[in-house]
Amino acid sequence: MMRWTRRTFAGAAVAALLAPALPALAADTIKIGLVTALSGQSARAGEALTRGLTIAIDELNAAGGVLGRKFELVTRDDEAVPAKGVIAARELVYKEKVAVLFGGLDTPVSIAIVPIMNESKVPFMGPWAAGTPITKNGAEPNYVFRVSAVDEIVDRAMLQYAQKTFGTKKPGLILVNNPWGQSNEDGLKAAMQAKGVAPAGIEKFEGNDIDVVPQLTRLKAGGADTLFLVGNVGPSAQVVKSLDRMGWKVPIVSHWGPAGGRFTELAGPSASDVHFVQTYSFFGKQRPVGEKVLKMLMAKYPDIKSAGDVTPAVGVANAYDAMQLTALAIKNAGSTDGPKIREGYYKIATYDGLIKTYTTPFGPGRHDAITESDYVWTQFIDNQILPVGMKK
Amino acid sequence: MLITSALITGLGLGSMYGLLALGFHVTYAVSATVNFAQGSSMMLGAVLTYTFAVRMGWPLPLAVALALALCAVYGALVEILAVRPFAKRGSNAWLMATVALGIVADNTVLFTFGKEPRGFQMPWATGSFELAGITLSPLHLVIPATGLALAAALNLFATRTRAGKAMLAVVQNPDAARLMGINVQATILGAYALSTVFAGAAGVLIAPLFNVHSDMGTLFGLKAFAVAILGGISSAWGVMLAGILFGCIEALITALLGSTYTQIVTFGLVIVALAAMPTGLFGRAALKKV
Repeated sequence: MMRWTRRTFAGAAVAALLAPALPALAADTIKIGLVTALSGQSARAGEALTRGLTIAIDELNAAGGVLGRKFELVTRDDEAVPAKGVIAARELVYKEKVAVLFGGLDTPVSIAIVPIMNESKVPFMGPWAAGTPITKNGAEPNYVFRVSAVDEIVDRAMLQYAQKTFGTKKPGLILVNNPWGQSNEDGLKAAMQAKGVAPAGIEKFEGNDIDVVPQLTRLKAGGADTLFLVGNVGPSAQVVKSLDRMGWKVPIVSHWGPAGGRFTELAGPSASDVHFVQTYSFFGKQRPVGEKVLKMLMAKYPDIKSAGDVTPAVGVANAYDAMQLTALAIKNAGSTDGPKIREGYYKIATYDGLIKTYTTPFGPGRHDAITESDYVWTQFIDNQILPVGMKK
Repeated sequence: MLITSALITGLGLGSMYGLLALGFHVTYAVSATVNFAQGSSMMLGAVLTYTFAVRMGWPLPLAVALALALCAVYGALVEILAVRPFAKRGSNAWLMATVALGIVADNTVLFTFGKEPRGFQMPWATGSFELAGITLSPLHLVIPATGLALAAALNLFATRTRAGKAMLAVVQNPDAARLMGINVQATILGAYALSTVFAGAAGVLIAPLFNVHSDMGTLFGLKAFAVAILGGISSAWGVMLAGILFGCIEALITALLGSTYTQIVTFGLVIVALAAMPTGLFGRAALKKV
């Protein structure tokens, strides 16, 4: 007969506690990590990434998953702080053992995470941060892929759009003072040099600056006929409010920072003057994939009642396509081994996605799936991001 | 135009630095302690006003009045919880305790008010008008005017009222003041409440220029402390003037040299000024009579 010692009791207690966890272990899901800002000024953008990934994962799991296993999303908030992003990335890679890590809403966070991913040989997929050096990071082999805009390409597009739409001859640059601003300063300078355009001035501002009037006054005095704006939603709003206080009406062509939050509320009535780049819009005639995704979003999230409620659409669209491409890469790899998934991305032939039909989107030295021709230009009308000129 | 426009910006921001720095002055003068998390007090003023005026739809004057009253309560709590227990034992741990309480306040707001920054547009604050060839916003006038009016009110309070005179007596000799029947502890408590009201008022004034969120006061609090030291923390007018000077120099450097140099040159000048005048621009060295 078994003797009930203190040790037997302890063993039984541990077994009882662990029992509910066992079925989860047995299921052996493929974990997908997401490190992004889920709080602070870009919280909405982080939520959009989460939603895009969730919809894609739900769809993939409903179809049986990949390699006979279902996907599981594990998210962490980096609060837009690189150090917190690094801690979260390490935890997801080494403790949670994610197969692929998504993330980095902010370029500085992504740049901080990149070395960890190349070292641990776990693929890192960027659905938002646009900094050029994220994918062009010099590592060989390079484990970083992206389904999002790329600064150097956006910068060329910004100049092209400004010249075509506003006849810009002397742009003034107003850039947030961080690695993202720096990445765009380099890109815009190169784009302007290629077209023989000289800037009226290049000014930086801090993310927490209250008044940007002195910087803008310098650009005005330098003869700027258009402003090229690079900053997240809060800082971009500060620029627009400062312009209002100066009474200076000038065309503003922006990177996609304003898309990340309550831009109209923060910037006031002049928010609609800012034309900014996006990779996708749910407005207008949709392809079947667009209609399907919108329907799934409306079914899953009660606050989404129409296309205008998918804000920012770019986060949802990039994350959705990036997850579908990742599932194909894992399928091609035939395992969740990092180096094999990396090769799996290269083997993707075609995928009919939300943003476009991807044809061999990745290859050695080609880790960015979105190109210049995939961008759309948008503006805020009330609280919705609409293609420029489109009425609600 | 470049210089005039920079000076107008500097005057507005500078008077806010000054208002926040006055809060440092008020408590330092009475108890030789300060609330290092003045930035959090400023944030509370803005967040509470936003909550009452926008979320609850109360009239703005009522919202501001209640927000400032709650700021005063918070200031009293800072003194009771983070300063008094340590100052009583002659410990300097209030330094860290006030910072810690500020972090608690910031995070409490983060989880109750929400993680997203909110815009606080006031109808009278939008738009612009032209004055002598310079485009101005109503805020450019209202902010410095209110800042200076509050500084003047503090001056009147300290010199013309019984409570103000009691405060000055506590500054000069706490033991003698106690013997004269002045409640020293209550005076220090009042100074902390007043200090937080100043910070809260700065928060309300800055809200339409900025946006309302839990860490909106962090950088501002830091600059205000630099201003308080620069002005000579023991002089009320010195602190206010140093605030305006700091704001104007900051804006002028941006306008004339470019934004790349703003922080380097501004804080470099603060170090040079303090090296040349260790008690601040307008402060006097404490005399120890034996």
